[in-house]
Amino acid sequence: MASELNLSRDHLEAPFSRRVEELSGENPYACYQCGKCSAGCPFADHMDALPNQVLRLVQLGDEAALRLSAPWVCASCLACAVRCPKGVDIAKTMEALRLLSLRRGITPAPVVPDRPYPQIALVGAYRKLTP
Amino acid sequence: MKKLAYFPGCAMKDQARPDEAGTLHALAALGYEVAEIPRWNCCGTVHSLAKDDLMRHVGPVRNLIRVQGMGEKRVLTLCAMCYGTLKRSAQFVREEERLARINAFLDTEEDFRGGIEVVHLLTLLRDEVGYEKLASRVKRTLNGLKVATYYGCVLLRPREFAVDDPDRPEVMERVVEALGGAPVPFPERMECCGAYLTVGRSDIVTDRVGRILRSARGSGADLVVTTCPLCQFNLAERRPPVAPTLPVLYLGQVLGWAFGADEPANLFPLGGAR
Amino acid sequence: MNEVTVFIMGKGYHVPEGLTIMKAMEYAGYRLGRGCGCRGGYCGACATVYRLRGDYRLYADLACQTPVQDGMYIAQIPFTPAERPPYQLADLQPRGETLLSLFPELARCVACNTCTKACPQKLEVMDAVQAALRGDIPQVAELTFDCVSCGLCTMRCPAEISHHHVWQLARRLNGAYLTPRALHVQKRVQEVAAGVFKADLDALLSLGKDALVAAYKAREIES
Ligand code: SF4
Ligand code: SF4
Ligand code: SF4
Ligand code: SF4
Ligand code: SF4
Ligand code: SF4
Ligand code: FES
Repeated sequence: MASELNLSRDHLEAPFSRRVEELSGENPYACYQCGKCSAGCPFADHMDALPNQVLRLVQLGDEAALRLSAPWVCASCLACAVRCPKGVDIAKTMEALRLLSLRRGITPAPVVPDRPYPQIALVGAYRKLTP
Repeated sequence: MKKLAYFPGCAMKDQARPDEAGTLHALAALGYEVAEIPRWNCCGTVHSLAKDDLMRHVGPVRNLIRVQGMGEKRVLTLCAMCYGTLKRSAQFVREEERLARINAFLDTEEDFRGGIEVVHLLTLLRDEVGYEKLASRVKRTLNGLKVATYYGCVLLRPREFAVDDPDRPEVMERVVEALGGAPVPFPERMECCGAYLTVGRSDIVTDRVGRILRSARGSGADLVVTTCPLCQFNLAERRPPVAPTLPVLYLGQVLGWAFGADEPANLFPLGGAR
Repeated sequence: MNEVTVFIMGKGYHVPEGLTIMKAMEYAGYRLGRGCGCRGGYCGACATVYRLRGDYRLYADLACQTPVQDGMYIAQIPFTPAERPPYQLADLQPRGETLLSLFPELARCVACNTCTKACPQKLEVMDAVQAALRGDIPQVAELTFDCVSCGLCTMRCPAEISHHHVWQLARRLNGAYLTPRALHVQKRVQEVAAGVFKADLDALLSLGKDALVAAYKAREIES
């Protein structure tokens, strides 16, 4: 997370935020940072930024969001989505961040099966974590 | 006999065979003639959450076209994940422009015309069979066995596709009750196990599974049931050494047993199905 | 002689109508060191892709089996890099998960069917991938019996699956472990070893050339 917030209109509607919005279909500016999503995320303990913080970076047009591990720890369980009072589906924002990375050739979570897995595990992992 | 088109998905033909065996046994006893759809393909497990990922809907839609080809209006799934992908793709292509693009891409198939309903075993048991009929047909009661009902996520989220009230679901509990069991709605029953993270981040999944199993045991459960083969794999194979040794079964195994399947070896193969 | 115009690697040539793509390339002056083998549609060496004017489709076929058409744009794909992890058949179990653990990328299939459209042998390639994914080894072996390992499906697959190596493993597992043993062959081998046919064979060996030819002509032929 940025240690200092530079509040300025210049950051709003940045191309990065627009792109994430386009891919996810979720308006990042609908979020008022209440943190309910993070409180309910069963994986928040393992993330380097909480779900609401990830969304904050997107609001600010900060591409640091692409260097976080959080989107790769998110399991798309939608616990955040069902409890957001503003109807923001952060799981979609997380997916957009994963896709933006993958499409730029950044694969922080390559899938290298270390044992036999059932189809359902492999299919899911490849779809979410590989380009 | 009532005909019912059925999409098994890969898991039912491999790791989750006992689930299929038990469920099909029970459905036959309940008067269903279950017809597996021909030439089906993997549904893709996880629904794409992105706006521009049309390709991810090709697999599910191809399966829906097969259902259409059978002259059927609805299709049954047992796997929670298959339910999610098929149901959500069926909804996704309600928008005409998307449907047109997918049909254009699937140039060797007949056009999908939409209007296929995707049902999960649980909704079928609740809305069509009914708990009372279910209870009256049971051959072997679970006899008060304390069954922790694990929903995981896909059955309940997103809201539009939930098989029940996503905040206070009860369908699995009511089914267990109808079979003569004592449902244990434990606190973690709706929390995700980590799903596909199991391939690269088994540490995270083990942490989640430990919490889920401790929560179930803490609520006094004798066993856990689920309808998701990925949950089953994770709860069975990713449990931390400290977690209690609690059996984790598919709902179909319990269902088959309650309906008197005479081949318990098919339902409870030692050491799992694989 | 009627001629057609074809474009080989982007350069136009007039070639006689009725030639195969392979013959047309040779007519145009190419000497095929790679991308050519049996010339009979069996070896799969001559994988080729082409487009026809006014048609969006990218066709894939064997150069030795496909006649040229006017306005064809042709490129050979003599080799498709494909991943084949090392394995010892004797160490493997004939179980579904064997395919998936050696070729986990099977799980990336999106059911687009591009592979099937590319297959010059008209195999149901996507169905075979799906059968492999769900661990049905006999079904994979059956569906891919006529694969010539041309690699065209592999070249076109968005999921980057190495199809023909999966097929080969499935057929090996099927042949080694899952098909019933041919008991009559074993019985016959024992009979041969026990000398049941020795007298007949010795009699044949003692014949002169003319008698041998006459015996050959008079042999019983199964109809
Ligand atoms: S719950 Fe919704 S509004 Fe609250 S922080 Fe999360 S996304 Fe923003
Ligand atoms: S979808 Fe991702 S961010 Fe949302 S609760 Fe689940 S793991 Fe957390
Ligand atoms: S969710 Fe699973 S079991 Fe269902 S078809 Fe897809 S991969 Fe196969
Ligand atoms: S709990 Fe985990 S595996 Fe099960 S449905 Fe949710 S994501 Fe799926
Ligand atoms: S299956 Fe693939 S490799 Fe085999 S013949 Fe068909 S296209 Fe060629
Ligand atoms: S081309 Fe690849 S992804 Fe498409 S159906 Fe064939 S194997 Fe699956
Ligand atoms: S040269 Fe062998 S198949 Fe064409």
